[in-house]
Amino acid sequence: MWAKRALFFGVSILGLSFMVATLLSGSPAPREAPPREATPLSPGEAGIHEIASMVDQQFAAKWAKLEMQAAAPADDLTIMRRLALGLTGSVPSLEEIRAFEAANAHDPTQWRLSRLFEDRRFSDYLAERLARAYVGTEDGPFIMFRRHRFVTWLSDRLQENQPYDVIVRSLIADAGLWTDTPAVNFLSVTIDQDAEQEEDKRPDEIRLAGRTTRAFLGMRLDCVQCHDDQFGDHWKQTHFHELAAFYGHAQSSLMGISDTLEQDYKYQYLRAETEEVVAPSVPFEAELLPEETEGVTQRQRLAAWVTHKENKPFARAMVNRMWAIMFGQPLVQPIDDLPLEGPFPPGLETLAADFAEHDFNLQRLIRTIAATRVYQLDSRADFEPTIKHEDQWAVFPLTRLRPEQVAGAMMQSSTLRTANARSHVVFRIIKFFQKNDFIQRYGDTGEDEFEDRGGTIPQRLLMLNGNLIKERTKNTSMANAASRISALAPDDRTAVEMAYLTVLTRRPEEEESAYFAKKLAGLHGDQRAQGMEDIAWTLLNSSEFSWNH
Amino acid sequence: MNPLELEAAACGGATHFNRRTLLKAGLAGLGWLTPVAHCLARQAEQDQSGKPAQSVILLWLQGGPSQLETFDPHSGKKIAGETKAINTALKGVQFAEGMEQTAEQLSSFTLVRNMVSREGDHERATYNMKTGFRPDPTLVYPSIGAVLCHNLSKEGVEIPRHISISPGQWPGRGGYLGDQYDAFKTNDPSSPIPDVTARVPDQRFQRRLKDVDFVERSFARGRLKELEKRKTLQSTTIGRAVKMMSSDQLKAFDVSQESESTREAFGDSPFGRGCLAAARLVEVGVRCVEVNLNGWDSHINNNATQGARVAALDPAFAALIRILKERDLFERTIVVCAGEFGRTPTINPAGGRDHWPHGFSIALAGGRFRQGYVHGGTSPEGEKIEHPQENQIEPGKGIAVANIHATILHALGIDFEQELITPVGRPMSISKGHVVHELLVS
Repeated sequence: MWAKRALFFGVSILGLSFMVATLLSGSPAPREAPPREATPLSPGEAGIHEIASMVDQQFAAKWAKLEMQAAAPADDLTIMRRLALGLTGSVPSLEEIRAFEAANAHDPTQWRLSRLFEDRRFSDYLAERLARAYVGTEDGPFIMFRRHRFVTWLSDRLQENQPYDVIVRSLIADAGLWTDTPAVNFLSVTIDQDAEQEEDKRPDEIRLAGRTTRAFLGMRLDCVQCHDDQFGDHWKQTHFHELAAFYGHAQSSLMGISDTLEQDYKYQYLRAETEEVVAPSVPFEAELLPEETEGVTQRQRLAAWVTHKENKPFARAMVNRMWAIMFGQPLVQPIDDLPLEGPFPPGLETLAADFAEHDFNLQRLIRTIAATRVYQLDSRADFEPTIKHEDQWAVFPLTRLRPEQVAGAMMQSSTLRTANARSHVVFRIIKFFQKNDFIQRYGDTGEDEFEDRGGTIPQRLLMLNGNLIKERTKNTSMANAASRISALAPDDRTAVEMAYLTVLTRRPEEEESAYFAKKLAGLHGDQRAQGMEDIAWTLLNSSEFSWNH
Repeated sequence: MNPLELEAAACGGATHFNRRTLLKAGLAGLGWLTPVAHCLARQAEQDQSGKPAQSVILLWLQGGPSQLETFDPHSGKKIAGETKAINTALKGVQFAEGMEQTAEQLSSFTLVRNMVSREGDHERATYNMKTGFRPDPTLVYPSIGAVLCHNLSKEGVEIPRHISISPGQWPGRGGYLGDQYDAFKTNDPSSPIPDVTARVPDQRFQRRLKDVDFVERSFARGRLKELEKRKTLQSTTIGRAVKMMSSDQLKAFDVSQESESTREAFGDSPFGRGCLAAARLVEVGVRCVEVNLNGWDSHINNNATQGARVAALDPAFAALIRILKERDLFERTIVVCAGEFGRTPTINPAGGRDHWPHGFSIALAGGRFRQGYVHGGTSPEGEKIEHPQENQIEPGKGIAVANIHATILHALGIDFEQELITPVGRPMSISKGHVVHELLVS
């Protein structure tokens, strides 16, 4: 038996070494072959370049008005890195970089997106990001809330590119058990299972109304929960509670979430003497709300209104969120405080209109944003860029990577192959344990996704001396890119290039190549492996690694 | 107003005393008045006219400690279950069995027995207790340790000024003040401090840092002029991290430098060692140390669960007060011993007690807090104490969480009504509570 295992192990190692050697064998300068024919567009892609260029014209007009220069386009690998970080939470693997360059696609960005959309990492990661806005990061009531189920369900929907409005209607209006109908976790997460009164163990209308307006409409209506808007006179306390009233029939039982006509939402307004029954009503675009009909629940009515094609805040909110996920910061800040009537920044209305017109096709939205010149701009410039340039998107903004992106990128960069759900199970276990512990120490950002946070001493210490970086760079024969590169790269320059590609997704400049190759010169065996470990550690500790750019 | 406050009023406390409050107290049940010798205790207080306290040690009892099995036993009553009571240093005041050492130290601290909050979920209540605000989706408030670090001097301190020892799920956070105010998380002081030791020999570590500098230069090209200051803080954080790695102050974590008898006094537990480390850390200038004792969530088998935690809490809390006094740190340190809520007066069929934010205890020691004072009380029948409107200090009602924050901040000399500006430009006062002057030496 042991002999069989040893043989299997030997064969695996051989196979792996061969594959690795292929990945490492030199570096064909990109773009040698003539570009291939453009692949035909899928229905979801038709016209995206026209929309993208409309968006770009709006930005260009704004820059011209401000007499502001814009950066030149970034190179393909930089864009590939942005896409990978935003849509999978890690950097591209060397394997992916090689495939990308070998394909030499006519439209590299769209080619890459087609691959990403087929990849489970994309839907899993996007689902997690969206779940933060829908159900938060709290543990929630442990019997009635199944976060993992919820995220998996969402990931499945994203994988099949279900229209976004359909997804949201499920979240707001589905009925059933949190395990069988995972969308209802949107409601069940708000249940207070420790409530003293049995009748209080049900979905919380106030929290749900807050979530609904923030996550789906990009509005902070919950600011008027306790009193009328004090900054403008736009929103009244009644607006919020009338919206909350749509959740007034929702109840929770052993059968899960359902609706009953036997209860109504009651609230005692500021300065009111008593509690009163609040009738459901929407704060704007009331003509889009379906009439009350027998057999249609109040939640279904709300869902229809929220996701109505003419209810513009719905599309705008998602455009702003997707923009934020891809750029690292939202087009309108804060992410959930978009004005109802404008003014809006360049691009937002055009993207929102196209999103609604094309049945809220999320992949199309991603493709369109990625196709804009704005997305593809360099983050550096040959003039001196300022924060103002970033604010106007005239250079690609520098944003700090989120904790799971740092962890994901560190895991990915330490291996040459693509780390994904198909990877070996042991590898995955190591991956998840380390990743979680790392994120805990690094400090998860929770729900407040897009505020500039971090840059702390404990984070720095973790990067300098933490377990993950030690494990991921150390000289072992098991899984580390640094050791493999050391053993297999044909020469020092190639070894340095591999390190740069795996960690920073780019080739070193001549100066950098020389600097590090010199450090490796003449080293053999363990010493050379140590040298590679040092390079990997150094690159992982650079700002270039821990920032999106 | 509850009976204890009544008595405070009677001996010239700050509480406004009139017929109406007396009537209310009567309605609240004057019959269950526990006699408290706090008038005597007041005399024992020393006049502390020195500087305000500079640090806080938070003994955080995660999960919800039972007031009935710790500071407020009601022995002999139905709600007490089988819990026995013991006498304390204050005549007429009893603690639960197992709290012997702490009971002896009651002459050194203030006990508030009528805490109330509106949060009954662990995460929300923890946030509420640590920040003084209820969870608000529009803003993450800083926990008290973060506020201290933000508002008090950092001079001379090379190690993190906000530390959480054996953190539970929700250690103190910087909130809108920024992540730099998050608590530094470390484990049982018997194990090494995480992440402060380089993984390679010093020479090699220094070479690596030089290489990082080299890579940074290339990243800076073509970017913001003030890349470091406006964005990355790269060399700032590396510089401070490296300084910390070689700081002598790290020794404050190392409780093995204390004598065996000192260590024994704190009890042989991670919590005991944490409390000892907290005293040492405060001594070198750390602003806030959270020491966590988890596992108080006794929905099942309440007495055994609580008892096991009390066994760790009692020697550690008492020894902490003693050592702070011995080392002249008591006046410049405030010790807070609290969990997120209390537990139900009723015992459920599983022999457990459930969550109860309607009357629980919190202990406050050091700084300007009175020594040997018990504030408020709970009903021996297990009735709820009402929450005041908008954190008011209302006779007959409980003490709102925000008011404890306001009182601690006031004792630290921090103007908590000052408005800080949140990242989105919203002005926000540090606390929206009111000072409970009766808890402080005037």
